[in-house]
Amino acid sequence: MTTLTRNASPAEQVLPGTRRRRGRGDVKIALFFIAPAMIGFVLFYLVPTLRGIYLSFTEYSILGEPEWIGVANYQAIAKDPLFWNALGVTTQYVLINIVLQTALALGLALLMHRVAKSTIIRGALLLPYLMANVIAALLWFWLLDYQIGIVNFLIDSIGLPKIAFFGSAEWAIPTQALINTWRHMGYTALLIFAGLQSIPSHLYEVANLDGASPMQTFRKITLPLLRPVLALVLIVTIIGSFQVFDTVAVTTQGGPVNASRVLQFYIYQKAFTESDFGYGSALAVILFAILAIVAFIQMKFLKGNESDLD
Amino acid sequence: MKKKTIGSLAAAAAAVLALSACGGGSSAEAGKGEINYWLWDANQLPAYKQCAEDFTKANPDITVKVTQRGWDDYWGTLTNGFVAGTAPDVFTDHLGKYPEFIKNKQLLALDDAVAKDNVDTGAYNAGLADLWVGEDGKRYGLPKDWDTIALFYNTKLATDAGVSAAQMADLTWNPDDGGSYEKTIAHLTVDKNGVRGDEAGFDKNNVEVYGLGLTGSGSGQGQTEWSYLTGTTGWTHTDKNPWGKKFNYDDPKFQESIDWFAGLVEKGYMPKLETTVGASMADTFAAGKSVINANGSWMIGQYTGYKDVQVGIAPTPKGVSGKRASMYNGLADSIYAGTKKPEAAIKWVEYLGSTACQDVVASKAVVFPAITTSADKAVEAFKAKGVDVTAFSQQVDDGTTFLFPIADNAAKVDGIMKPAMDAVVSGKAPASSLTAANEQVNALFK
Repeated sequence: MTTLTRNASPAEQVLPGTRRRRGRGDVKIALFFIAPAMIGFVLFYLVPTLRGIYLSFTEYSILGEPEWIGVANYQAIAKDPLFWNALGVTTQYVLINIVLQTALALGLALLMHRVAKSTIIRGALLLPYLMANVIAALLWFWLLDYQIGIVNFLIDSIGLPKIAFFGSAEWAIPTQALINTWRHMGYTALLIFAGLQSIPSHLYEVANLDGASPMQTFRKITLPLLRPVLALVLIVTIIGSFQVFDTVAVTTQGGPVNASRVLQFYIYQKAFTESDFGYGSALAVILFAILAIVAFIQMKFLKGNESDLD
Repeated sequence: MKKKTIGSLAAAAAAVLALSACGGGSSAEAGKGEINYWLWDANQLPAYKQCAEDFTKANPDITVKVTQRGWDDYWGTLTNGFVAGTAPDVFTDHLGKYPEFIKNKQLLALDDAVAKDNVDTGAYNAGLADLWVGEDGKRYGLPKDWDTIALFYNTKLATDAGVSAAQMADLTWNPDDGGSYEKTIAHLTVDKNGVRGDEAGFDKNNVEVYGLGLTGSGSGQGQTEWSYLTGTTGWTHTDKNPWGKKFNYDDPKFQESIDWFAGLVEKGYMPKLETTVGASMADTFAAGKSVINANGSWMIGQYTGYKDVQVGIAPTPKGVSGKRASMYNGLADSIYAGTKKPEAAIKWVEYLGSTACQDVVASKAVVFPAITTSADKAVEAFKAKGVDVTAFSQQVDDGTTFLFPIADNAAKVDGIMKPAMDAVVSGKAPASSLTAANEQVNALFK
């Protein structure tokens, strides 16, 4: 970013007198270019968010008029065992998903950087990500089916007991976390790979001359210099992970019992199935707050907005 | 999000209501042009397309656009349509859903039209027409079809086990020892070593073929899962039906029956609930994984349609009362309160509820039409296809049916009862835990 700005300045140095006028012209042009995104943001994010916050203080079945009830929804949520269950289930999902996904993606990125230079192989890693979430979920729903899935057929044929990947309380969340890990790790790896390429190669040469082992190089050079990228990747993936919905919606729908009733699905159930929009909105506001806090903590501790590279 | 739309929608709905209340004297636009009709069952689409064509022949100034949407999308899209004012003029309605539509004033009352056009609600099978009268005493739908429950069974696997069709037709059940129903289910169950469920050395953890299939826990209704059993004990879902205000899941009679039902899993006679997520019960039945499947009459086409699988249909067992029992559910066609063509919509609904259309539906042999004479024709049409459906129709003929529980808060009741019943059927909680769920359910009505 900084280099771009510097490149733009020579023109100003040649004609210093025109600076102010050009500046104002830039604002207009900038606004023109920002407008499409801005309109989208206001219409589809800001207004619905504010309205959602308002609705969270109301009792509202989508077909009537919202009725103001103060913080009653929030009081009810605090005592709602299904909310606390959803929070626990979602956290379990996020932990499995993020730990595995980040570790695997980092490994893949390193392989892409050092070993697999072929564009085809690098491209192939992205393939699962090109598939829609719902399709990926349904595909695995089929492959892992207890009765007719090929995975259980293989497990059975080597004499092990079959696993109800989606049907059992123990497996429902880990299974879905693994499916989404599979789908997302290629994309995450690509982001990290971009970060790896921005690390100057002379640092590695120096490390090599000093006789550093590959492990030392990784820990002392790669990881610290990758930190801003990793911070970004973690923030984006954790926020995405907390919002898991489609996989659950097309497979277990919250079950068995409440084992996969993640927050987003519970919100959907309350708002759209049970027509309790006020309660659903209050749940959504709580999820919003959780994500904001998580992102803030990450930015603060991972120092994602500064690099060690200067 | 669409506050304004709702306002204008309510205004439009009020206008329409006022309009129909006046009766007659409306603009020509209301009785002309294209109207939209929705249904969810793809199997019935050809029959209703035929009805729409015939209808336009008789009423050249009205055309009907028939749209089919799968059950999962149907209700969400319909609700969106109500909010946006784009819902279809006429749609197939379900007893579990329409109380909420009435509450939100989305349905057009049909009383005036029914009175004016002399629609004979006595032509429908007994009780069906009354299901569609709301708590306010107004009619919100004309019956189109009905369904009951029976036992589909794999005749080859039954014959191999020495169970005859006559035995299947004469089963008995009670919650204590399960009667001959449980004995038959046990005998039809086979483990990996070929040992039957009622023989010594049966390995319940390695079952190859289950005596009874499982489609799910049944949530609060158990329509195809257990209501055909609990219905013989004198137990009812609600204090009164329709429009019950109190549910009875805390009744020991009910919990005893459910304990027996969940016990089949423990004994190895019925698959674990966790294995039913995914492939449908009917498909696993076709794969020879279970011998008996209790299911609804709307599944006749599916069960008899599998290649190389010989299917018999037996009536549900005689229970504690000495009689059989089956939940009796009926669908109807309702009119959206916001329709811009109420007169055309009413004509179409009356046509759908008439012998002319219901005979067409009967001839396709997919469901039982609501009109008694048309239902008889459907039985004949099934017979012509080589399927004996008397196991379903005899429940109606013998008067052993009970109505689908109609009550407010259906979605919220389901939100409580589905996890609670899942926990019981999966063996994680005893049926007595349903008492707590019942308290939550009844709290919705206070």
